[in-house]
Amino acid sequence: MIAASDVVKRYGDADGVTALQGVSLDIAEGEFISLVGPSGCGKSTFLRCLAGLEAPTGGRLQLDGAPIDGPPERLGMAFQRDALLDWFDVLENVLLPADFGGYGKKKYEERARQLLQMVGLDGFARAYPRALSGGMRQRVAICRSLLLDPRLLLMDEPFGALDALTRDQINVDLHRLWTKHRMTVVFVTHSITEAVFLSTRVVVFTPRPGRVVADIAIDLPAERKLAMRETPEFGAYTSRIRALFEQMGLIHD
Amino acid sequence: MKAARRAAVPLLGVAIFLLVWEIGVRALGVRSILLPAPSLIIEELAASPGWFAVQTAYTLGITLAGFAVAVVFGVLFAVAIVEWKILDRLLFPLFVALNSVPKVALAPLFLIWFGTGAEPKIAIAFLIAVFAVVIDTALGLQSVSPDTIDLAKTLRGSRLKVLLRIKLYCALPHLFAGLKVAMSLALVGAIVGEFVSSQRGLGYVILTAQGTFDTPRVFAAIVILAVLGVALIAVIEAIERVALPWHHTNSQRLK
Repeated sequence: MIAASDVVKRYGDADGVTALQGVSLDIAEGEFISLVGPSGCGKSTFLRCLAGLEAPTGGRLQLDGAPIDGPPERLGMAFQRDALLDWFDVLENVLLPADFGGYGKKKYEERARQLLQMVGLDGFARAYPRALSGGMRQRVAICRSLLLDPRLLLMDEPFGALDALTRDQINVDLHRLWTKHRMTVVFVTHSITEAVFLSTRVVVFTPRPGRVVADIAIDLPAERKLAMRETPEFGAYTSRIRALFEQMGLIHD
Repeated sequence: MKAARRAAVPLLGVAIFLLVWEIGVRALGVRSILLPAPSLIIEELAASPGWFAVQTAYTLGITLAGFAVAVVFGVLFAVAIVEWKILDRLLFPLFVALNSVPKVALAPLFLIWFGTGAEPKIAIAFLIAVFAVVIDTALGLQSVSPDTIDLAKTLRGSRLKVLLRIKLYCALPHLFAGLKVAMSLALVGAIVGEFVSSQRGLGYVILTAQGTFDTPRVFAAIVILAVLGVALIAVIEAIERVALPWHHTNSQRLK
């Protein structure tokens, strides 16, 4: 579905910043890919290139065989800050993609309510975002990104600002939504545990300029439960990724 | 009950101010031609309330007309210069230059152009008020957060949708701040217009009363202007509360 080969992203001129230095990565339909790496390693930049929000300055980046030159169709995106519109209530926020795409809000209202129900927010359809907690807001943002049944869902550290307990719950919710809809997900995160828990593959980036240093298939049972994180198999994956971080000099005891 | 008590605090301030004024004038024996006591001003108002009401209505009409034109033109102009950068570069410096001209200096010119009716006064009120609307609305339209801009891009919304669903809402809190300033300035503009040429209105009342050294009447008109200014701002704030139920300043007021 997505083919990136030798993607380069530089900002400014010759003495500018190189964010991505030759990223090559293929993503198949229906995969859940996590991108992990230190802050500022360019994983968010790569995601923005996939979203068509920024253009690579070198290499090839294709979606279904065509270069990405602008936000593709049937794209869902979740942002670090939830980017909810304060002036619309929860239901209106979730319906925004239908409104912007010109598909008619009425036709999608039923689906919007179903999505809200799946994340336990059916009682908040008419509340303003201001009245919600950080975790609830991010759930609303996820519902919004799923409204038009996207083929590709891009998530840029959406849970970074949440407390650990809320984050666990929302991980479970996201996993359930992905199991049901099977869209392709590219998920940027700092959390190794979160990445292993959610993904079919974890891609590790080096510090800037970002390159792919490891591409690890996560061979764990399809249905993920929180308790699974205590198993030796799960631990093997997290320690392997943590070891990579240590080798890059990013963490040490 | 609590709300009533809070509303009473500013009134208490006014009451203390008036009391000090009254006592001061009486104790020092200030002549009413220099500074009339509040009781004398109230007497003046009570003597011909109907006449004052007519003059007030005229000034209010000029103010609201100038304000309304300023809001319509100001918002459209702000949208135009924010949406089309070429218009911004083409027109904004000119607009700033025109605004730098003291509007009072233009008042005689407007008499030549528009005659001595309500039009020149509305034009001055409009000119003085419009700058605040344009500046605040343009600022508001540009205050959309980067994430929200990215969101709009990924949703592939048309420019019109982005304007109507996102930018205008972002601009609303700024717009209301501008409206409050614009309303006060429109009132100033109306008075300036009446000073230059008028047979009616509070500006005319002040000017003619000053000519006959009728200081209590001058003060009566000033008091009405002060009350009018406060009332007009209060109306805008009330509209703001109803129109922006999501905005944070409103939640703080509800507590």
